[in-house]
Order: sequence, then structure tokens, then C-alpha cells
Amino acid sequence: MTSLPAVPTPKKLGLVIDLDVCVGCHACVISCKEWNTGGYGAALSDQDPYGPDVSGTFLNRIHSFEVLPVGAEKIGEAGDARIVHFPKSCLHCEDAPCVTVCPTGASYKRGEDGIVLVDEDMCIGCGLCAWACPYGAREMDLAAGVMKKCTLCVDRIYNETIDEIDRVPSCVRTCPANARHYGDLADPQSDVSKMVAARGGIDLMPEQGTKPVNKYLPPRPRTALADSAVPLAETSAGASGFFAWLDGVLERI
Amino acid sequence: MHPALSIIVFTTLSGMGYGLATLLGLGLFEPAALATKIGYLLALALIAGGLVSSTLHLGNPQRAWRALSQWKTSWLSREGVMAILTFLPLTVCAYASIFHDRHLVLAGVLAAGLSLVTVYCTAMIYGSLRTVQLWSQPLTPVTYLLFSLSSGATVGTLLAVTGASRPWLLAVLAVLSTVAAWMVKRRWRADGKALPPLTTPETATGLGFIGRVRLFERPHINDNYLTREMGFQVARKHADKLFGIAILLGGFVPVVLLVVAALAANAMGPGLTAFLAAFLAVLAHYAGVFVERWLFFAEARHAVMNYYGR
Repeated sequence: MTSLPAVPTPKKLGLVIDLDVCVGCHACVISCKEWNTGGYGAALSDQDPYGPDVSGTFLNRIHSFEVLPVGAEKIGEAGDARIVHFPKSCLHCEDAPCVTVCPTGASYKRGEDGIVLVDEDMCIGCGLCAWACPYGAREMDLAAGVMKKCTLCVDRIYNETIDEIDRVPSCVRTCPANARHYGDLADPQSDVSKMVAARGGIDLMPEQGTKPVNKYLPPRPRTALADSAVPLAETSAGASGFFAWLDGVLERI
Repeated sequence: MHPALSIIVFTTLSGMGYGLATLLGLGLFEPAALATKIGYLLALALIAGGLVSSTLHLGNPQRAWRALSQWKTSWLSREGVMAILTFLPLTVCAYASIFHDRHLVLAGVLAAGLSLVTVYCTAMIYGSLRTVQLWSQPLTPVTYLLFSLSSGATVGTLLAVTGASRPWLLAVLAVLSTVAAWMVKRRWRADGKALPPLTTPETATGLGFIGRVRLFERPHINDNYLTREMGFQVARKHADKLFGIAILLGGFVPVVLLVVAALAANAMGPGLTAFLAAFLAVLAHYAGVFVERWLFFAEARHAVMNYYGR
């Protein structure tokens, strides 16, 4: 039901997303849609799929942000601007506001592993949970009239009928750059927990008090462009012999 | 936030109904008068009509009954439960007035109290959302309660000038609650605009340690559910003018008309002048509150828009 688990869940299954590695290829977006349109619950419908106003339900979307260094009014003024590709899906929050606002009990957080799910047979499609989520992780499917969200591929991770290597969320399995990682963030010895500790993984919108399980690894510092680029200004400082004479002659013309 | 017509109609009409039910329950009307009996039917119809309207925006309205189950955590569920509970004493009161010309004190007080609690629950659906900073102000439920009472009292004045009660009593109540409602609303709006944003693109992405964050490319070229539902921007630039129009229509005009109605009823007894003035006051008040409620949604910015550059 819509009360959150009374005690911290023994497992906190979630994703760790490496913003230093993501190249913004959107492969995870497509694989997520492909798996989840045929998996758990109602299909992820598209509206006007071949028309000019195409839109549809996605459980995972990639935004791209430009970050201007502090003190800069325009690009290049105070160091290099950066482009950061930013995958975003449900963060399976410990204090999930989307769960407690649900009037029907369709939204719930699992006590055993912390995954936040929607029981679509109970969902009335009021949309309040999408309003309560600060991350935009929930989208109403306009064809089915029920709320859709990332299930952490609950129908893959415990699925013993598929190869063990495939028992991870579809986005993680697909990512060609290895920017997405899946694991138990309650276990300090798990690979994902070690990664978060080593790289200083961050919470999104900590001020919203949601205590997200998913963590983001911030981009590493980058060599300044000026230190690595070939200088473009013409110079003949290294010329000798014939070329030095020619340089002098041409200079005098 | 997208101002859905069904939600605006629901919150304004049911607010008016609950306001009227509160005054009826408190026994401010003569139970034997025809206008009082019509008032009970009107209150019940407004509340029921609002509830039906609120189910229109659901994806699966046939399962709406399930919304009564999670009152422990959900304000939306609490609202549904309280709305149904309110019907019980209110219907009993209506029965006593319509068929026995009597006012039942206990049932009346219960109906009045439950009406206010229901309006409070409605307001807290919005007031409890941390994601919409404008709404999560403590004054949000106060504005809902005052608009509910003032629109109920305005309708009450219309009933009073047709013989249900003392016109000046209801008119004074309506004028006072209308003035209070708009004063609190103005304060609420000014406070809300002055708040520094709780969430910024920097905290939303965690990239603030590098510098200022700006959306470079959105996930898809076209709008999606999130931008349609929470990225509403149409006519925001006219918000100040609309708010002024709302105060004029829902504040100044009804106050003048209510005074005219009370004076006319005092001087000439129940008559056409008093009725027309009170009737126009109700229309103007509703129009003002409708615009106010539209702005309540249209002006509210949702935290998720930090990811969409809006």
C-alpha cells in the first residue's frame, strides 16, 4: 500500500550513472522502450506516431546540458564550457513522494529491494504521482490511462529463464559506453557502492528530501582546451637555412 | 502546471457548494423557507457535480472507488473520504428542512465541520506537493477555505434576499469573507513570487560545482506528457493583468452588488432589484474565482521543468 516501508529496505537496488562516460547516444532510451513496451504492464504507446506531432511514453530520457564555468557570461570567458549528457529515469527514492500521494494504493515501494512500482490494475490515472515526482520519472500512458514508470526491469533482474548476463536492466545491458551500472546500493561492498564512494556520487535535488537510491557520478575535471590544442597562429620561428633566407625575403616584400 | 478545465470546475463549484453547506449547517437560514430548501438542493448538486467533474480527468474513471482506500497517506484519498462523509449529515439536514421544515443542530454542525475539512483536504492535495513551490506555502489551504466560504456566502445572500434569511447578515458575511479571501490571496501570490527557487538546474543535475547549467538539447524535439502537464506557459505573460481582472470580477464587483442587494432588500423587502443584484454578484464572484483558480495552475512552476529549460 502507499505507506512507505517502515524500516530501510535490506536491499536498495538501483542505478549508478556515470556522467563522465555517457556520450548521449540514446541507445538506452530505445532499448528501455523496446523491452518495456512488451514487458511489465501496458505497452508504452505513441501518439500520432508517423505524424508531425509524434510523442509517446518513455521511462528513460536523455537530456543534454551545457555548463558554463562560474563567472562567465558567455562561452570561453572563464574557462571552457562543457556539454554533459544526462540520462534520467526513476531514482527509486527511499522517501518516494509519488508513493504516498497515491489515493488507490497502486503505487508502492517494495519492502525487500526498494523498487518503486505501479500496480496498473489499481491505477485510476489521476496523475497526482507524476506531480509529486520532482524528477519527471513518471509518465501517463495516454492509450492505457495508467501511470508508467521505470521498473528497474523487475521482469529481467529476477528472471531465471534468461542468461545470467542479461539479468540487469535493459538500459544497463545496452549502454555501449558502459555509463550505466546496476547493483545493490545498500551493500557497501557492491561494485556500485564502491564506485559511488570512489567518485563522490551525488543525489539529484537533495533539497526535495526524496533520498534517491540512484546516484550520479560527476564528470571528472578536464584538461583545458588551450593546453591540448595545436596553436593556430602562423610562425616561422624554427626556420633555418634556405627557409630562413626565404622567410626574410618574403618578410621584406 | 496545466490548468485542466475539469479540475478548475471541480474545485470552484465544490468549493462553492461546501461554503454554502457550511452556512446552511450553521443554521443561518430559516428551514421552512422555500429558498432554504432550494439552497440545500443547490449545495448537494454543486458538490456532486464537482465530484463527477473531477473524475473526468482520470485515465480509468471506472476504478475511482479505489481512491477511497489510502486515506492514511494521501490527501486525495482523504478528500474523497471526507466528501462522502459530508454527504451523510448534509443529506439528513436537507431532508429535515425540505420535508419537515426543521433545522437539525447536531447534523448541521457536523455537515458544516466536515465541509470545511473536505475543502482543507482539497487544498492540501496541492499544498503538500513540495515539487510546486508556489503551492507548498502554508497559506494555500487558507485561500481555498476563504474562497469556499465567500462564494458560499454570496450564493447565501441570493437565497437570503428571496426570503431564506436576513439579507444583511449574509451580505455582511459575504463581503467580509470576499475581502479576506482576496487579501490573503494577494499575499499568497506576492509571497510565492518572492521565494528563491528551491530547486534550480544546478541542483537538478548536480553540475552546479562546474558552473551555470543550461539546457542544450531536450530529450525529444516534440512535447511529451511532462512538458504538456507541467510545462504550461501559455498566457503566463498576462498573469498580472488576469489577476487584476480576477480581483475586479471576484472582489470589487460582487462587494458593490452585495451591498446594493442588502440595501434594496432592507428598503423594499425581497424584490427584483435585490434578487438581480445578488444574482449578478454570484456570477461575478464565480467568474473571478474561476480566473483565480486558472492562474493557480497556470502560474505554478514544477521542479521537473529545471530539466526542460522552462
